Amino acid sequence: MKFGVLVNEGPYTHQAANSAYHFTKAALENGHEVERVFFYHDGVNVGTRLSVPPQDERNLQKDWTALAKKHNIDLVICIAAAQRRGLLDENEAKRQGKDANNIAEGFRISGLGQLIEMGIKSDRLVIFGD
Amino acid sequence: MSDEVKKFLYVNRKAPYGSIYALESLEVVLIGAAFEQEVSLAFLDDGVFQLTKGQDTKEIGVKNFSPTYRALGDYDVTKLYVEEESLKERGLGIDDLQYLTYEDEDDDYKEKPSIKVVSRKEMADIMAEQDIILSF
Amino acid sequence: MSTLHIVNKSPFETINLNSCLNHVKEGDSILLIEDAVLGALAQNKLADNISEKLGEISIFALLADLSARGIGRDRLISGIKTTDYAGFVELVANNERTQSWL
Repeated sequence: MKFGVLVNEGPYTHQAANSAYHFTKAALENGHEVERVFFYHDGVNVGTRLSVPPQDERNLQKDWTALAKKHNIDLVICIAAAQRRGLLDENEAKRQGKDANNIAEGFRISGLGQLIEMGIKSDRLVIFGD
Repeated sequence: MSDEVKKFLYVNRKAPYGSIYALESLEVVLIGAAFEQEVSLAFLDDGVFQLTKGQDTKEIGVKNFSPTYRALGDYDVTKLYVEEESLKERGLGIDDLQYLTYEDEDDDYKEKPSIKVVSRKEMADIMAEQDIILSF
Repeated sequence: MSTLHIVNKSPFETINLNSCLNHVKEGDSILLIEDAVLGALAQNKLADNISEKLGEISIFALLADLSARGIGRDRLISGIKTTDYAGFVELVANNERTQSWL
């Protein structure tokens, strides 16, 4: 079965992005497909490569990047939500005249249409938020 | 599968301005309208406050996005279900909400109200007949 | 045509679980995750509301979140089942839709 996953919260204040990770991993390990994981609202903050949590704490961004690499899943960060919160990829940084970009490996930035498309193409949509 | 029309329900249970969910949910509705799916919006619990009239955000310095709900009809988003019990529990009535309309192209473009007040039981029925339920 | 309802907030903090219980249909399932598992404890002040519904719907609590909060499965309201993440995935697959009560 094909799942779509929506993540509405960032990596540290709420448990949502952590729960979403465990769910997605379990879905893949149990023979399901994951059409896409879409990061919206503060969820976009999961995709910054500049966070440096203490060494004995989990680095959720790295976990997502590794999962995406292993199972070839599509991690999409909403562009409108990302721009509000200072998440930029190389192209967007150039276009907006910013001096840095911060998107982690395995994530890409795209429009909200990708969320709707995920809903249309998936058999089930599961939402993690606050 | 991609040609199939699905029933999308946007569930709004949070008041505007205290958090960004109402605004960013509305952004999804507007973008989603281009995909020609069957779209409805549900307003229950504190979500009913998203539709109140007379919102004035000048003093908090945040954009007042409540006029955007009036544009939904132009996007063919014409089904806004508001839960009666949620209104009552909060001391609100239908008259506290904006009067939202759409032009019915199947009925000589007559102007019709978009908001339909439904009971909790009816709201549960509406939820149970969807393909996709989006909540933020 | 059943629904899996997912609740993630403590019922002592928000009305999400209560609102969910007011909209479920017979044959639906509710999965309690994150802080919502606090509502699964036996003899809590909301337990009667939950027990009342157990005849017509199934309620599950996520084991990982129970364990993280120091709640043993022997402490739960009778009739509430537990599940791991693989069971969570199965619940999603076995219901026609999911609804998150955020």
